[in-house]
Amino acid sequence: MAPTLSAPAAVPGSQVLAYGAARGDLVVPNDDLVGPIDSSDEWIRQRTGIVTRTRASADVGVEDLSLAAAKEAIERSGIDLETLDAIIVSTISFPYPTPSLATLLAGELGRPDVIAYDISAACAGFAYGIGQADALIRAGSARNVLVIGAEKLSDFVSPTDRSISFLLGDGAGAAVVGPSETPKIGPTVWGSDGDNWSTIRMTGSSLDFRDGKAEWPTLEQDGRTVFRWAVWHTAKKIREMLERSGIGIEDVDVFVPHQANMRIIDELAKQLKLPEDVVVGRDIAETGNTSAASIPLATHRLLAEGAAESGDVLVQFGFGAGLAYAGQVLILP
Amino acid sequence: MAHTENEILEGLAEIVNEETGVATEDVKLEKSFTDDLDIDSISMMTIVVNAEEKFDVRIPDEEVKNLATVGDAVKYIEGAQN
Ligand SMILES: CC(C)(COP(=O)(O)OP(=O)(O)OC[C@H]1O[C@@H](n2cnc3c(N)ncnc32)[C@H](O)[C@@H]1OP(=O)(O)O)[C@@H](O)C(=O)NCCC(=O)NCCS
Repeated sequence: MAPTLSAPAAVPGSQVLAYGAARGDLVVPNDDLVGPIDSSDEWIRQRTGIVTRTRASADVGVEDLSLAAAKEAIERSGIDLETLDAIIVSTISFPYPTPSLATLLAGELGRPDVIAYDISAACAGFAYGIGQADALIRAGSARNVLVIGAEKLSDFVSPTDRSISFLLGDGAGAAVVGPSETPKIGPTVWGSDGDNWSTIRMTGSSLDFRDGKAEWPTLEQDGRTVFRWAVWHTAKKIREMLERSGIGIEDVDVFVPHQANMRIIDELAKQLKLPEDVVVGRDIAETGNTSAASIPLATHRLLAEGAAESGDVLVQFGFGAGLAYAGQVLILP
Repeated sequence: MAHTENEILEGLAEIVNEETGVATEDVKLEKSFTDDLDIDSISMMTIVVNAEEKFDVRIPDEEVKNLATVGDAVKYIEGAQN
């Protein structure tokens, strides 16, 4: 007979303890980008709500942005660094497929021994990471988990691409997640749509580039397909998420969807019949779309500006390449 | 239950009003979405998504660019119901 194995004791819930944020050091206005794509400041503002995006200087890497955000989140959380058990980084722009950015950060943060790995879920990545952190903690597999969404997308855009490049910015957002007596992170609603694998894509593979068959691979997308999916599918999933979290739309204080396009944000608010007094994350206007970093950056901003407060009910939802999506209802630290 | 042309026009006018603030009585069959009603490509997408839901039809993206006037959209939705 096989022996009975012991498993870690389950923990009732998890919570976000603190956030950290780092944006690219350069503020890039629309006018700097419109020339090669035959666009205009007005067109971009009207269609996307973006006025500027932040991008990082050549000598600032995605690892630098990540480290700055991570340090702030850890410091604000007040945890003893020895109780940090895992680092999960969501990124599509760390230029090394291996080793992971998470293991690099583990060393830099003075905890080279922790569980550390990267995930690739693009703009849904931060919410994927929070879902994993919540599961690790509740299963008793980790005490505190550092989740980071970090991108330096400016390395993977083409100045002549009209489909996506002008939307994108650089930044990193981090959260420390820890145990809680009661759940302060609701069930993660997540998934993907593999039939739309190529709806948001790279122009080529690194092998194509090596073999001279493609230019340096950059991002491109079928914007209309993404827009329609983002509005229609996301609203449905958010409704499902509220139900599974046991709350109604009237209980929501703060709404932070992925900062993809202000018009998507507005339309989601409309579809969800979000009450007027709900605070909505609109960091995209100044920061642009920073993919995996956009949700924690927008949330961090609302907390820093006092628009959102500790104890508020936050609805967050990421969606993007894959087409992967994920979200949670959570109580703000 | 299939909607009549009039019901579709009324429903569409409500959607256009919700999405863009254009008065429902201005949403007439002969009006062009872009030239007369000043609706941009993004608002057009949100109108289409809402119309799909309301009338239980599929309006593929390739079709949307053929829907120049309100009448084009009404006709398309009417045909797509069956
Ligand atoms: C990218 C996006 C802003 C494009 O807007 P759109 O309204 O769908 O654009 P379309 O491709 O339908 O083009 C509409 C018109 O704008 C023009 N256009 C397209 N891109 C343009 C640009 N970057 N600048 C100026 N004009 C542009 C087109 O040529 C077309 O002109 P025409 O009507 O004279 O033919 C929009 O589709 C979008 O935001 N989608 C969601 C994408 C997203 O959020 N992705 C990130 C997910 S992580």
